Amino acid sequence: MNLEETPLPGIGTRRDVMLATGRRVGVVIKREGGMELIISEKQDPDACQAAIPLTSEEAAAIGGLLGAPQLVSDLSAEHRELPGVNTQQFVISQDSPYADHTLGDTHLRTRTHASIVAISRSGQVFASPSPSFELEAGDVVIVVGTAEGLDKAAHLLNHG
Amino acid sequence: MDPTTIVLIELGAVFLGLGLLGRLAARVGMSPVPLYLLGGLIFGHGGLVPLSGIESFGDVASEIGVVLLLLMLGLEYTAKELVTGLRRSWLAGLVDLVLNFVPGAALALILGWGVIGGLVLGGVTYISSSGIVAKVLTDLGRLGNRETPVVLSILVLEDLVMAVYLPILTAALAGVSFWGGFRAVGVALLAVTLVLLLALRYGPQISRLVHSPDQENFLLKLIGAALLVAGLAAALQVSAAVGAFLLGIAISGSTAHSAAKVLAPLRDLFAAMFFVLFGINTDPATIPPVLVLALALALVTSVTKVLTGVWAARRAGIGVPGRIRAGTALIARGEFSIVIAGLAVAGGGASPELAALATAYVMLLAVLGPIATKLAEPVARALTGRPGRSPQRAGHD
Repeated sequence: MNLEETPLPGIGTRRDVMLATGRRVGVVIKREGGMELIISEKQDPDACQAAIPLTSEEAAAIGGLLGAPQLVSDLSAEHRELPGVNTQQFVISQDSPYADHTLGDTHLRTRTHASIVAISRSGQVFASPSPSFELEAGDVVIVVGTAEGLDKAAHLLNHG
Repeated sequence: MDPTTIVLIELGAVFLGLGLLGRLAARVGMSPVPLYLLGGLIFGHGGLVPLSGIESFGDVASEIGVVLLLLMLGLEYTAKELVTGLRRSWLAGLVDLVLNFVPGAALALILGWGVIGGLVLGGVTYISSSGIVAKVLTDLGRLGNRETPVVLSILVLEDLVMAVYLPILTAALAGVSFWGGFRAVGVALLAVTLVLLLALRYGPQISRLVHSPDQENFLLKLIGAALLVAGLAAALQVSAAVGAFLLGIAISGSTAHSAAKVLAPLRDLFAAMFFVLFGINTDPATIPPVLVLALALALVTSVTKVLTGVWAARRAGIGVPGRIRAGTALIARGEFSIVIAGLAVAGGGASPELAALATAYVMLLAVLGPIATKLAEPVARALTGRPGRSPQRAGHD
């Protein structure tokens, strides 16, 4: 896989990855702030089929979505031997009561018996986050617990 | 009425009119520069509503407008981008210079406007409008395209060429001898090199000197430094505009961003004054006789810009549709062509015909350039015979 970084003088930087299928997917990071998700066209790989403006929160959420499944499938594989233990991921939404609160504030462990084992933000994974870890909208949290615990955790993270 | 009262009323009417014109321009997605010129033509000498009394303010304001335009241009690019651009795409820059300077210069010589006329008109046809091009590429969602860095690096080089061209023009307009001109170019080259080196090595320190967390303080320091440097450069006969441009390059990083943000409204105000004054000083009656000439020149220099873009994009390994997109993106001429013509008029080196030709030429290409860029997409597809979809844009703009 080839990650390419191209300066765009006066505008910012383009970072893209050439996929095995021959398409380019990447971002244009603007100097004045803001980002565009770009996907190249099939027929004309020089051009873009889509250039979608994203806020940094949206970009973080998409980064988390893209990065988290890998993590979840790894964890699920590890738990396969243990019946009743499930892994699930939740996105901290914009109106979640815990956006901009610390992990400790959720009291998730006490209230649902499930545990947050990792948080993925902008493609970066924070394993075993401490209670002082500050959650942000767009974070993807990976929770391990019983099916019932996970249901409760989903409700808690979304509605408090 | 008191003369000051008249000036206030006139200025108010002019700015209000420009605001309405600018709103119109924004609605159809075009650059406001041609409309400002048009506004100037209407208000000016021989126009529909001749204004008088605002010249003394207008002269200083438009001088400040030029300084701010060039300062912002310098802020746009970092020293590193300029040096990298120079190293990587100097050949494309040279092709651009030869192909697009020659038609203007040749026409001026044929019309008997002399060497200075050739120097001026060559500059007018050479420089693409980086403002219009960057806006059109953003609006069309082409920032992620592969040919876009090629287009941008040509614009970077044009700006560097300006740093050498403007002192030559200033010296030529001042009527200095060959050696005097040589000295001006020497001083300019030395200054450009020195500033680039300083900015590369001490960029953060220079920026810290200007920077201030307080917006008011920051603005005063910026404007003060810009006018001082511009004035000193003018005293050295290196052109005030180049001084401001070099100061812009020397300021880098986050200071440059915040400076651009703080200065943008002031630049818009004073640059609008500059364009209007240029229009005011051009007699509308001189436009119709040069209209055919302007059209022909616009056509020829559109073709040469397309050739430049196609050549540079091909060299970068871009496919045929991308080459056409790159070529047409460069057609737009705008603010800096008028800056060059304005300097020439102020320096007494341009006949009224030249000013009229430059006005008509820029008004044509500032409008037609972006349209050509937009049309390039379907044309390129038809040429290559590939069905395709236009880029999808979603969300906010």
